Amino acid sequence: MIRFAEKNTAITGVGMSDVSRGATGSALALTVDAAIEAIADAGLTRADIDGIATWPGERADGSGFSPVGCAALQDALRLEVNWYGGGGEAPGQYGAVFNAIGAIAAGLCRNVLIFRTMYEATARKTAYANALLREGQRQAGPFSWYAPYYTYAAALQQALFFNLYVHKSGITPEQVGQIAVNQRRNAALNPKAIYKTPISLDDYLASPIIATPLRLYDCDVPIDGAAAIIVSRMDVARDLRNPPIRIEAIGSSMRYRNSWTQLAELDTQAQPRVAEMMWGRTDLKPADVDIAQLYDGFSFHTINWLENFGFCERYGAKDFIEGGRRIALDGDLPVNTGGGALSGGRLHAYGAVHEACTQLWGRAGARQVKGDPQICATSTSGGPLAGAMLLVRD
Amino acid sequence: MTEAPPRILPVIDRDSEAYWTWGREGRLAIHRCEDCEYYVHPPVPFCPQCESRKVAPEAVSGRGRVVTFTVNHKAWVPRLPVPYVLALVGIDEQDDVRIPCNIVDCAPEDVTFGMAVEAVFEPSGDLWIPLFRPVQS
Repeated sequence: MIRFAEKNTAITGVGMSDVSRGATGSALALTVDAAIEAIADAGLTRADIDGIATWPGERADGSGFSPVGCAALQDALRLEVNWYGGGGEAPGQYGAVFNAIGAIAAGLCRNVLIFRTMYEATARKTAYANALLREGQRQAGPFSWYAPYYTYAAALQQALFFNLYVHKSGITPEQVGQIAVNQRRNAALNPKAIYKTPISLDDYLASPIIATPLRLYDCDVPIDGAAAIIVSRMDVARDLRNPPIRIEAIGSSMRYRNSWTQLAELDTQAQPRVAEMMWGRTDLKPADVDIAQLYDGFSFHTINWLENFGFCERYGAKDFIEGGRRIALDGDLPVNTGGGALSGGRLHAYGAVHEACTQLWGRAGARQVKGDPQICATSTSGGPLAGAMLLVRD
Repeated sequence: MTEAPPRILPVIDRDSEAYWTWGREGRLAIHRCEDCEYYVHPPVPFCPQCESRKVAPEAVSGRGRVVTFTVNHKAWVPRLPVPYVLALVGIDEQDDVRIPCNIVDCAPEDVTFGMAVEAVFEPSGDLWIPLFRPVQS
């Protein structure tokens, strides 16, 4: 029998710093808060951590996108590890988790600390006012092809994918708006969420258009904050204080052109092949999933993942989310139960993993999904990046 | 009307130089395999279809169709004139070669999926930036 390495790993603890639109502490201080909380949550001590991973690694560019890397956190906590890794060339933000699974399978680690730190709220008040591009500097890398065309933000570039999706699917703004409305409703029940005041569909429709079809409320909110998780080898996990949340299956493939311009299926992006890989590594089916924490850098990512995970047919998300009942906390498939990145704050997929574990451990308080959810599908990223995980609490 | 902010220019290398400079002569340069005639974009001196190394820039017609687009309404930086259109254009010779561009000489509300367009070039610094406009003839 094939033994997939992820099945020998589990999430055993989670932590999250304060999340705000302007932190009083440094990015490293936030990271330490999240890490220490995750280690303690697992019932471990610093001495038990023998691996560290992050995505995309430290970027000391003032953008706040990833101000803390493995080395800074290792030194702050004086960890002694056998393996560490942080790098951006990966299947989206979950690349750090997938690498940790490999390190555990290789016998390098028993308990890996994985974290993601954002300091974009502070950065945007200072040097990096919303721009991917900086005047006077030439642009290198994959976005160089977009550079001359006033492509200042991810919103503008990814709107190209979403507008084609709208054209092909016929989804209406009233249907799209259910994602933002649902998540704001969930955020109101999450003490750590940034935006807690409910919004109506009319509020959504009245929010300014950024780049068609994206409205302001379709976009995630930059924050200062950090999240951390502990991924442990299964035999170790079984002796720790929380019921292990098994990593049942992952999708990490790059069986498509990894390009922001030449990706073959622009409207579905890279997600279908990645989801297909994940479902190929488990006997579970979409109908078995209790809750979903789906990437929501933009609401359309969530809509795309609903289809690409197989929760509904291709171009069927418009009917699935119509009226918002199915994706609500008491619906058939509660989605982004903590408010997601749109209203909870942009912890860039690690907020989603934190919320998945919070729900699966029954700790979500006023927003706890009823019926003792055990299985969560979670995903990250858009465009040519995509990663997927199926989490199961024993 | 105030002048738009300068376009941000790409770093160019030996592979991408033709793409960003042949506009001086009004030509759109796309790498093409001499052996199997496949267009390779972004430009790489290797053909993924037949493994030939004889891949070099060649002028294409400059005609294509709008594969997808967005109308940007947010002024991301001071003096940015909005709205404007960002698009991906598939070239007529091989529609999976997609070219990011602004659509010009056309009101943003008149841009449509599948619209026939042709390349025009705008000098900027030492480069010639490909843009597309509705086919004129």
